[in-house]
Amino acid sequence: MKRTAFAAVSAFALMASNVAVAEPQAEVLHWWTSGGEAKSVAVLQEEFSSKGGTWTDMPVAGGGGDAAMTALRARVLSGNAPTAVQLKGPAIQEWYEEGVLADISAVADANGWADVLPESIASHMKCEGTWCAAPVNVHRIDWIWANASVLEANGITMPTTWDEFNAAADTLLAAGVIPLAHGGQAWQDATVFEAVALGVLGPDGFKKAFVDLDTDTLTSDGMVAVFDQMRKMRGYVDENFSGRDWNLATAMVMNGEAAFQIMGDWAKGEFLAAGKVPGEDFLCQSTPGDGFLYNVDSFAMFTVDGDDKKAGQDLLAELIVGQNFQKVFNLNKGSIPARIDVALDDFDSCAHTSSADMKASSEGGSLLPSYAHGMALRGAQAGAITDVVTAHFNSDMSSADAVQMLAEGVANSM
Amino acid sequence: MTKWLETHLPKMVLAPSFIAVLVFVYGFIAWTAWVSLTRSRLLPKYEIEGFIQYERLFASPRWDTAINNLFIFGALFIIIAMVLGLLLAILLDQKIRTEGMIRTIYLYPMALSMIVTGTAWKWILNPGLGIQATVRSWGFENFSFDWLVNPDFAIYTIVLAAVWQSSGFVMALFLAGLRSVDEEIIKAAQVDGIPTWRIYSAIIIPSMGPIFMSAFIVLAHLAIKSFDLVIALTGGGPGYATDLPATYMYAMAFSRGDIGQAASSAMIMMLVVFTIVVPYLYSELRAKND
Repeated sequence: MKRTAFAAVSAFALMASNVAVAEPQAEVLHWWTSGGEAKSVAVLQEEFSSKGGTWTDMPVAGGGGDAAMTALRARVLSGNAPTAVQLKGPAIQEWYEEGVLADISAVADANGWADVLPESIASHMKCEGTWCAAPVNVHRIDWIWANASVLEANGITMPTTWDEFNAAADTLLAAGVIPLAHGGQAWQDATVFEAVALGVLGPDGFKKAFVDLDTDTLTSDGMVAVFDQMRKMRGYVDENFSGRDWNLATAMVMNGEAAFQIMGDWAKGEFLAAGKVPGEDFLCQSTPGDGFLYNVDSFAMFTVDGDDKKAGQDLLAELIVGQNFQKVFNLNKGSIPARIDVALDDFDSCAHTSSADMKASSEGGSLLPSYAHGMALRGAQAGAITDVVTAHFNSDMSSADAVQMLAEGVANSM
Repeated sequence: MTKWLETHLPKMVLAPSFIAVLVFVYGFIAWTAWVSLTRSRLLPKYEIEGFIQYERLFASPRWDTAINNLFIFGALFIIIAMVLGLLLAILLDQKIRTEGMIRTIYLYPMALSMIVTGTAWKWILNPGLGIQATVRSWGFENFSFDWLVNPDFAIYTIVLAAVWQSSGFVMALFLAGLRSVDEEIIKAAQVDGIPTWRIYSAIIIPSMGPIFMSAFIVLAHLAIKSFDLVIALTGGGPGYATDLPATYMYAMAFSRGDIGQAASSAMIMMLVVFTIVVPYLYSELRAKND
């Protein structure tokens, strides 16, 4: 009894003092808990504290964010949402529709976000015209990584068309090298699938199929060709691929067991951590075809009560999109800054390629959201597509059947 | 006063747990049933829309796979675990010298969590790491044992691991049953010169009916709620070839933000449990009333 009374009094005192000075408060829910990521968040935390704010860290690891989403749901349902939550893509809009996101347009306008963020990325950060989230980074998905010495030993150059890739893979197979390092997990199957789809369908076709969910495109001959290429890819994968983690697949490329890997640019972090040099030990190039598939991590801002929390939210948003954090964070994480005016002097050559391609494709209209990483579609629709992709890749299903199932699955997920 | 207490104390003591069960079991079943009739996505909504979630569920090929897997896995797991458990129990029942030690050895898998069992079997069954690689390194280059990565056979690896985990426990159940059969009857049969296998098949096993029933109920509910073993062993893969209703429900509720779908699959899972448990309860109650 005594203790609760004491707690109540001290909580009241704490509240009173906060109201008096409106010291910025932020509770941040995220799942960046592994080495490089945790270091990156610590940078933001320090910056926030140095501006006089109090940061309450709420890391929820596990399940690629599933655990964090469960925690978030519980917090929102109990009417006590965190200040900012690591969310991305259509999930931001889904939470907005539940009526729990805040408007941070004042910060965005004051800092000129509209001028420094590519338009298609900025559109994810807006909820019906007002800014409701702050972007952290841009991961590129459609990368193909290769072991330089394996390619050289077999007289292969980086493929620029899927036919070239197939020819290179056949040469490697004959030489007894695994052509494609891959892990048989649904999201990895989907990652390869969307890189192939972007190459075969082209940026316009990709947008129609995986952003607009256009039935004609989903059932087109082009889509059959995509699944045909996936069937070929299945032959280029070793037989132990089921359930392998992506970083183990990257290690196979690193030690020369396999030649290529198709994976987002977090794979670069693995190469760099092992002391490999881009351009010498390993090569990076966009997968055959035009376009740029992005996966943008961001923090969505939830409605909070109290001036101190609102002040914290505004400060946090400002810092996240600030030059310093964008640079330091992305150096740690292997991605590139979301804002286009950050100096890239300290970044490696792959990041330079990525940044140049992002600017070019943004102007050309081929800067597209990744479906496999939850940027293009809502969970239910993206999941329905992944179900078909992974079922096709792991069985002897025909491409025509897969296309049929794709259309039915998407219709059923609405 | 004491009289009042005497009559009411039992009710008062039972009331909290009764209320807890009412709210947390039946209350939440009702809540799930309600949500399964709505179009809930990320957060639960409460406007009833009819049976749309069930239509979606039955149109989904992934759910088909999950339900088929449940029947394949459930049937094989229960039958094999019971047959193996009974066999082990009978062999142990032959008054052998190191019974205590052997019993402990067979019971040990039960002490492991399903996650550990699943991970260990994942390594044992991995073609490039486990049995296949070992036998090939002995010189049998054509030996192939790739069930884990073969979508048509992967579900049987789950049966294998689950049987390994549970048959020792079933053995212990049956052993207790065998020991509880009246020694006098067995001795009388032995005096009459009836062969041992006849004693087992005609006297001992038929008198163990209740033990069979409890073993069946325990194994059946283990099979239906199986989740961690699948996650650890195959992660539902290759593709979604080893999905079970429980993993389907988890994916819908927590990865895809499709709570309505998850609720409807939970209701179907509950119906499956009911079709097994209700006849059992009915026969139990009728036996008591007779």
